[in-house]
Amino acid sequence: MENLIALLIAAPLLGAAVLLVGGRRLDAVGHWLGTLLAATSFVIGLVLFADLLGKDAEDRTLTQHLFSWIPVEGFQADVAFQLDQLSMTFVLLITGVGSLIHLYSIGYMEHDERRRRFFGYLNLFLAAMLLLVLADNYLLLYVGWEGVGLASYLLIGFWQHKPSAATAAKKAFLVNRVGDMGLSIAIMLMFTTFGTFAFGPLLGTHEEPGLAGGASEATLNGIALMLLLAACGKSAQVPLQSWLGDAMEGPTPVSALIHAATMVTAGVYLIVRSAAIFNLAPDAQLVVTIVGAVTLLFGAIVGCAKDDIKKALAGSTMSQIGYMVLAAGLGPIGYVFAIMHLVTHGFFKAGLFLGAGSVMHGMNDEVDMRKYGGLRKYMPVTFITFGLGYLAIIGFPGLSGFFSKDKIIEAAFAKGGTEGWILGGCALLGAAITAYYMTRVMLMTFFGEERWKNQPTRSPQAPSAEPAAAYGGDAAAGHGAAATAEPHPHESPKSMTIPMIVLAFGSVFAGGFFSIGDRFLHWLEPVTGHSHGDSPVSALTVTLATMVVLVIGVAVAYAQYGRRPVPVVAPRGSLLTRAARRDLLQDDFNHVVLVRGGEHLTRSLVYVDHTLVDGVVNGTAASVGGLSGRMRKLQNGYARSYAVSMFGGVAILIAATLLMRAV
Amino acid sequence: MSTAVVHSLWTTAADPISKIGAPKIEYAQLAPTLIVVGAAVVGILVEAFVPRRSRYYAQLFLSVVALVAAFAAVVALAADGYGTTKAHIAAMGAIAVDGPALFLQGTILLSALVGLFTFAERRLDPEAHGSRVDSFAAQAASVPGSDSEKAAVKAGFTTTEVFPLLLFAVAGMLVFPAANDLLTLFIALEVFSLPLYLLCALARRKRLLSQEAAVKYFLLGSFASAFTLFGIALLYGYAGSVSYATIAQVVDGTVTNVSPALADTMGNDVLLLIGAAMIVMGLLFKVGAVPFHMWTPDVYQGAPTPVTGFMAAATKVAAFGALLRILYVVLPGLRWDWRPVMWGVAVVTMLGGAIVAITQTDIKRLLAYSSIAHAGFILAGVIATTPDGVSSVLFYLAAYSFVTIGAFAVVTLVRDAGGEATHLSKWAGLGRRSPLVAAVFAVFLLAFAGIPLTSGFAGKFAVFKAAAEGGAAPLVVVGVISSAIAAFFYIRVIVLMFFSEPRPEGPTVAVPSPLTMTTIGVGVAVTLVLGVAPQYFLDLASQAGVFVR
Repeated sequence: MENLIALLIAAPLLGAAVLLVGGRRLDAVGHWLGTLLAATSFVIGLVLFADLLGKDAEDRTLTQHLFSWIPVEGFQADVAFQLDQLSMTFVLLITGVGSLIHLYSIGYMEHDERRRRFFGYLNLFLAAMLLLVLADNYLLLYVGWEGVGLASYLLIGFWQHKPSAATAAKKAFLVNRVGDMGLSIAIMLMFTTFGTFAFGPLLGTHEEPGLAGGASEATLNGIALMLLLAACGKSAQVPLQSWLGDAMEGPTPVSALIHAATMVTAGVYLIVRSAAIFNLAPDAQLVVTIVGAVTLLFGAIVGCAKDDIKKALAGSTMSQIGYMVLAAGLGPIGYVFAIMHLVTHGFFKAGLFLGAGSVMHGMNDEVDMRKYGGLRKYMPVTFITFGLGYLAIIGFPGLSGFFSKDKIIEAAFAKGGTEGWILGGCALLGAAITAYYMTRVMLMTFFGEERWKNQPTRSPQAPSAEPAAAYGGDAAAGHGAAATAEPHPHESPKSMTIPMIVLAFGSVFAGGFFSIGDRFLHWLEPVTGHSHGDSPVSALTVTLATMVVLVIGVAVAYAQYGRRPVPVVAPRGSLLTRAARRDLLQDDFNHVVLVRGGEHLTRSLVYVDHTLVDGVVNGTAASVGGLSGRMRKLQNGYARSYAVSMFGGVAILIAATLLMRAV
Repeated sequence: MSTAVVHSLWTTAADPISKIGAPKIEYAQLAPTLIVVGAAVVGILVEAFVPRRSRYYAQLFLSVVALVAAFAAVVALAADGYGTTKAHIAAMGAIAVDGPALFLQGTILLSALVGLFTFAERRLDPEAHGSRVDSFAAQAASVPGSDSEKAAVKAGFTTTEVFPLLLFAVAGMLVFPAANDLLTLFIALEVFSLPLYLLCALARRKRLLSQEAAVKYFLLGSFASAFTLFGIALLYGYAGSVSYATIAQVVDGTVTNVSPALADTMGNDVLLLIGAAMIVMGLLFKVGAVPFHMWTPDVYQGAPTPVTGFMAAATKVAAFGALLRILYVVLPGLRWDWRPVMWGVAVVTMLGGAIVAITQTDIKRLLAYSSIAHAGFILAGVIATTPDGVSSVLFYLAAYSFVTIGAFAVVTLVRDAGGEATHLSKWAGLGRRSPLVAAVFAVFLLAFAGIPLTSGFAGKFAVFKAAAEGGAAPLVVVGVISSAIAAFFYIRVIVLMFFSEPRPEGPTVAVPSPLTMTTIGVGVAVTLVLGVAPQYFLDLASQAGVFVR
């Protein structure tokens, strides 16, 4: 059975290889091939899942040793996989949502000339992401980590003819490099401290920590903080959050799969997987919770101000991952809920993004919500699925988000002490803001007057000068050159709506399914461990408080966007609004501190290089040259002076030899 | 003096003359040398009896056969274990047959063989009155510019005597590193020096420069030989013997007396130190170490380029071999005296060669100074006084010989109306006109500079490693600094060849016969093989690194 693990990765990897190497002759079938291989992987995942379920809770770990990668004395790196409950959860999420999004992309990318390549990249992403979650050591995990980074880069910049997309891809890559550096340093620290980076010996089990238990707290804090840095980069957490908004330049299925459901949650996986290290590094854990709390508010605030539907959702993603990171930072109280929220979020956020893509598909690729309005009549399926996703994310009772988010808020309070109150307060506040901004998105898109009428849209992302049909995709799927004409909203084709419907089911039922009877807790507990903590407030109080803030958030949004008409041109707004529109000045901060700082640093280094280093080098060269010019004059061509020099030489030689004996 | 010794002296003196037996000579073990000497003698007979038009082919054939046969003999001896387990001293204590000797003899024979091909090259110079000519004077005895010279050129004469001269030189060089007593050492020194003096004078073009070089070489060489001979006399006075082993024993104090006639001077350390310094000076002169290097640029420049290449490679191998044996076999007990002095010599040699080379404008002089700097690098390995030191020097010498011969062979190709165009300015833009030749030369220059993946790097690394492990780390620092300085002028030539505009009246690259092509090809191949996969040869050198005592 464990031999199937490699096949999980092999199927999409084969797809990537065939599609990328195969060339144009595969254009006609490439998308089906890619989808088929993704589904194959999903089916294998289901088989393995059934196998795991058939075992005892403590024995649900399969390992497969493929080959020895770097067998050097004292440095053993293996290509080996470990499938436990945590990995299994990710495998199903990745391949399940992945397959649906493959299916969706068939319709969405129909008019794109490079659709085959797109599917190749998607398959590559699946393979890398599966490698990341299946690796049984940090070095192999790092390979997957870099692989998803590459796939993300390729897919954000998929429409590379758009400078904004190319820039966004580059930005994502660069910011991720900072995080990757953290991961590589963490791995090096592990190796120097423990002599291994394999999960088994290093981490042990949640009851019996492995080698990690033997290190000093300072070392563990160092490793944990470096891992956190890696997580921040990949999961767009403050301070490495700036790339995610721009990453929305990629095709919408990419945003749904990579930048909402799976890849951006890799940081959460990393922290939960490294629980044994974090549990022993309380300082680092505190930092993790702070990062999570700050990001969940940061993302939520940014999400409130964005008029671009995808960027509003991106802010929301950042914020929801903030919840997960917060939960993961809480230790055994929160690990299970971090992963549970991760899975439910995977469903409803992917569904929301697909819904957004569907809206854009019907609206000439317009992304500005101020130019939407009243679309519920024209796109009923999109409206309903999007609406269910909306209810799930704000935590409407009974839907997925309600269960998972509520648990995180409870866990935050259960942390205890002042920290617990602050973190719990932040999480509650975040829930209110979530309700607000999601209601805003909902109202601006599907309700209110039809602001797009008599209002030719012009996508900021696809200038009309661009021959839109030639590039297809978001630019004009199905609408050709009508980029500047008044849009004719319509429902999307079946290949797009079916995945949305499936995901909507997940958004509605997954949370309840997981929570009732604590199924998910029992499933994951053998890997991560669990403790209930010591909550100062009862679970019921938390739930009620969550409901109250939810209602407040929705009410405020309704008051602002439901009862009053939405202006087509955004009003100037308060200082906070304007800052939030600029992503709370993150790019300005990066520009002033990092870019300017870096420029000054390089300039001063160049100055030092030119004056000091070159001065020394040139000076040395000049003096050696001068010496050479003087010394060659000794070579005057007269045999007699040569003989004198030899005579002098032998005299010195003899004198020196005798002198050596004398002293 | 104990009574027993007195008694033995008495009885020895009273022995009848008839008891002196015939010396025991192990001819088979001396075969490499004997073959070459024999071929040289036959070569003289060829000059006397074979018609002029056939001499070239006869001599070339004879020389090639002799060198190949001698090399085969060396390989056979080595395969028979004479380099390791069966190493011993042959010919009544005169010649050592051991690892270093065989390794160096093999190196000398191979470099002589590829050097011989450049001697025999007859396609580079334009035909003189219908006959193909080589790099050597039509008639050595004719005064440059005289009528007799013109007549000799017109008659199509060539100096085929260069082949036996070469063989004689090679024979001397074979004995030099194997010599196990001081007299044999001196004889070998003269046997290989005299033919070289002659060969230096035989250039076809620029004959005055060539003759001047020969005279200088001869004068200074004789001067150095005189010092060596004086040193030998002093050492004999010190030890009462010219045998390496006996001198070493006297130095160590294990033998206190050998001959009553020398009772006054025996064991006088002043004699030992002065004598040793003088012998070492003679060897340093041959390897071209500062301050005994001044002949090198003039002679390298003036001598016919094939001779320069052969001399630069083979002389250095032979002389370093002899130096190693003197220092490791005769004077190991004295190393606390000679090591600091040799440190000084190595430092000034490395730095002096590298620094003065920077301002050279003639390619042959440049290579001459480069060879001085390399002598310094090799000295660093000699000073290590460890088995690794010996083997690293052996490897370095083998690597260096092929690079040197190859580089000088390329120099013979770049020509203008006046013969070889050795001025550096004429090499500008050579890479555009003759990319292949320039690329090959660039490989040699990179090897000289010690760039990885060339034999120069492997050799330099081995030598510096041995020196550092032998406690000479500061020397390695100086060596690396010198290498950096030296890299400048090597790379400058590459820049000149590839990144400068060709001069309109620049030289042309002559198309050589397969002979020179072989030389250059072997040079490149050895340079790359020793650079990419040096381990086998390093192991070989390390097996051969033990002197017989």
